[in-house]
Amino acid sequence: MMFVPGNNPGMMADAHIYGPDSIMLDLEDSVTMAEKDAARLLVYNALKTIDYGNTEMVVRINPLNTPYGKKDVEAVVKAGVDVIRMPKTETADEVRELEAEILKVETEIGRVGETRIMAAIESALGVVNAYAIATASTRMMGIALGAEDYSANLKTNRTPGGAELLLAREQIVVAARAAGICCFDTVYSNLDDMETFRKEVELIKTLGFDGKSIINPRQIEVVNSVFTPTEKEINKARAVVAAIKEAQAKGSGVIAVNGKMVDRPVVLRAERTIALAVAAGVIDKEEAL
Amino acid sequence: MVTIGPGEGLQVDLQSSVAAQFGRQFGRQIKAVITETLEGLGIHDAHVEAVDKGALDCTIRARVTAAAVRATGKDVWKD
Amino acid sequence: MRNSKVVTLEEAIRRSGLKDGMTISFHHHFRGGDKVVNMVVDKLAQMGFKDLKLAASSLSDVHKPLIEHIKNGVITGISTSGLRGELADAISHGLLKEPVVFRSHGGRGSAIANGELKIDVAFLGASACDELGNACGVPRSENAKSICGSLGYALPDARYAAHVVVITDDLVAYPNMPQSISAADVESVVVVDSVGDSSKIAAGAIRDSKNPRDILLAKQAAKVIINSGYFKEGFSIQTGTGGASLAAVKYIREEMISRGIKASFALGGITAHMVKLHEEGLIGKLIDVQSFDKVAAESIAKDPLHQEVSAVEYASGQHLGSATHALDMVILSALEVDTDFNVNVLVGSDGIIRGAIGGHQDTAADSALSIIVCPLLRGRIPCVVPKVTTLITPGKSVDVVVTEYGIAVNPARPEIKEKLQAAGLNIVDIKSLAEKASSIIGTPDALPFGDKVVGIVMNRDGSVLDRIYNICD
Repeated sequence: MMFVPGNNPGMMADAHIYGPDSIMLDLEDSVTMAEKDAARLLVYNALKTIDYGNTEMVVRINPLNTPYGKKDVEAVVKAGVDVIRMPKTETADEVRELEAEILKVETEIGRVGETRIMAAIESALGVVNAYAIATASTRMMGIALGAEDYSANLKTNRTPGGAELLLAREQIVVAARAAGICCFDTVYSNLDDMETFRKEVELIKTLGFDGKSIINPRQIEVVNSVFTPTEKEINKARAVVAAIKEAQAKGSGVIAVNGKMVDRPVVLRAERTIALAVAAGVIDKEEAL
Repeated sequence: MVTIGPGEGLQVDLQSSVAAQFGRQFGRQIKAVITETLEGLGIHDAHVEAVDKGALDCTIRARVTAAAVRATGKDVWKD
Repeated sequence: MRNSKVVTLEEAIRRSGLKDGMTISFHHHFRGGDKVVNMVVDKLAQMGFKDLKLAASSLSDVHKPLIEHIKNGVITGISTSGLRGELADAISHGLLKEPVVFRSHGGRGSAIANGELKIDVAFLGASACDELGNACGVPRSENAKSICGSLGYALPDARYAAHVVVITDDLVAYPNMPQSISAADVESVVVVDSVGDSSKIAAGAIRDSKNPRDILLAKQAAKVIINSGYFKEGFSIQTGTGGASLAAVKYIREEMISRGIKASFALGGITAHMVKLHEEGLIGKLIDVQSFDKVAAESIAKDPLHQEVSAVEYASGQHLGSATHALDMVILSALEVDTDFNVNVLVGSDGIIRGAIGGHQDTAADSALSIIVCPLLRGRIPCVVPKVTTLITPGKSVDVVVTEYGIAVNPARPEIKEKLQAAGLNIVDIKSLAEKASSIIGTPDALPFGDKVVGIVMNRDGSVLDRIYNICD
């Protein structure tokens, strides 16, 4: 998920050419108060006009308790955004409040239920309430960590190893998995240190995150290379999937690969590996089947 | 950059900042977008000054709308 | 020294026998830092010359004082590879009575060699020269004031001009060897304070890009090269100086190391990037017609495998021995590419001259694989268009066009298309790129050209390729 400032029309026009899975146009922290109205209009017109292809479009709105939040919702829902990212989410009630706002606009334009919600968790209270937030609405598609505000709230600093974020990261992954939705890690802002960035991406992949937020196209390659399954992993996954098909064809409940019994978690992991490989473009969808 | 002031009818002054580069090829198109946007907002009398830096139509629409909202004090979104 | 050729500029001009209506020539190895053209033409104006034809290997922003000399009738004709800045703008609006003749570097070399471009007096700047005229572009003493490296574009002038004046800012003891320009070809030597600002030989065009779009284009270009079938032991390559071109070298280097492949030579304008690969042992030899930065200029001074060549040896279409004929791959830029793969690198899509042919025509025509790298859009300016504003390099010489929205392969090269597709690259029809551009920016209005010809674009074989008309405001 690539962050693009909502007041930068040049970047909004061609963000998709770098091939991020999703683009998050930002109306919140990257836009000054004096520019909120102009940025909202820029984002609205960009969403309506620019052909982003299959890229999932996300807009980070301002909190609903600011003078900008509700107008942001109206504008981006009318522009047909895929996902609204709600900043600084702390409780399930806030999600439900956003849901009501979205529904109001959707009803007005006759497009009910199309807009999904991603909640950014950026405080200790938010982390504590992660599961409640993740299950607050059927529109919830994911939760994400916002590490800057969170570490400030903890009264600590960000460190290269990210020790201060460990609990939040694990809690968010666990909550997302329990709720059956996605989870995304925070941004890494030092563009000149690709090595530390890579280590961080490896860490969050191990923790179970579905993706990483990025601030520059240069970071895409690293994320993709970490998340893309290796040829060996893909082949192993294919063998498992093939074995399932064979077992189903035979009507057998027992699945075996190379003579070894395969448990259900292994099957699920194999399916996820194939899905990731397809998403990363290393294998075709048809090939995967 | 777009500024809008009072005027009679829609009068659009377009300056291209990158020499005459855009003016020659896109001036007509850009003026049309500006006029169309303002008329869409119900504004038929205004003097518009626009400095173009090669923006796309969707950006021009946004900039013109934002300038109109600021000039009239009437937002396009509900309060 | 008894037979010293050192004289003042004025005396050199007098001795040259220069008359009104004659042709004078210059090289552009100091690029934006050149001081020779302005210095000499100022002197010629002061001495009362009129109606001179200026044959430069190229002209840039720094030459805007020529506008006054054109208005005063001192200069009435220009031939060059390119024009930029205010001079280009004025000429595009019809300043000069005769059209400017644009030739590629190879085309200029051929035209000088075969007598089509006859030079009466060549004024050639050099960083070091002895009293007899042995000259070079690299420092040869502690007093050296400038460095430009290769003097490749000046060599045809030195050899074929009727009269040669070397202008230097460091007169060194005889013999200045090895020399680029031989004393045998030189009639006078003029010593001045400065022939050029070396810090500007890399100015403008050349920079390391962090622009994500350049990086994206560079990666795609590198993938084209790596998967083209020509990327194998002993291959040869030329790249331009655009951000994407330079960044591509980085990715090609990584792949050369990982596959253990070495190149036999790199050609053309040589940059620090190429010098680095050469010094790492990844490129056997550097064939250098123009040193694009200080690192390249210093390398040519000390490295015997970094060889200076003349414009004729570099890229003449009429000399089969020229180096472009041995070239496997070239990465080139473009202001515009059209759906017939024709390329324009000279005239902006606003109708104003803002570039140079350089070696574009030459390398595209002779190389085994020519790759054009350009963004689909520069702001609102489309780079893939239905028809180029001005034809510089014919589509039949162009094999691959790399944009951020996909890669187009000339239908004449189906085998390349197949290889790139097999490598998983996003191959698209060039027409779909032009359509994509117009879907984003709309259709530009036709340019308001007048009916006065301000420029003639020569093909490298000496035929006329296109004409540039004056732009009206």
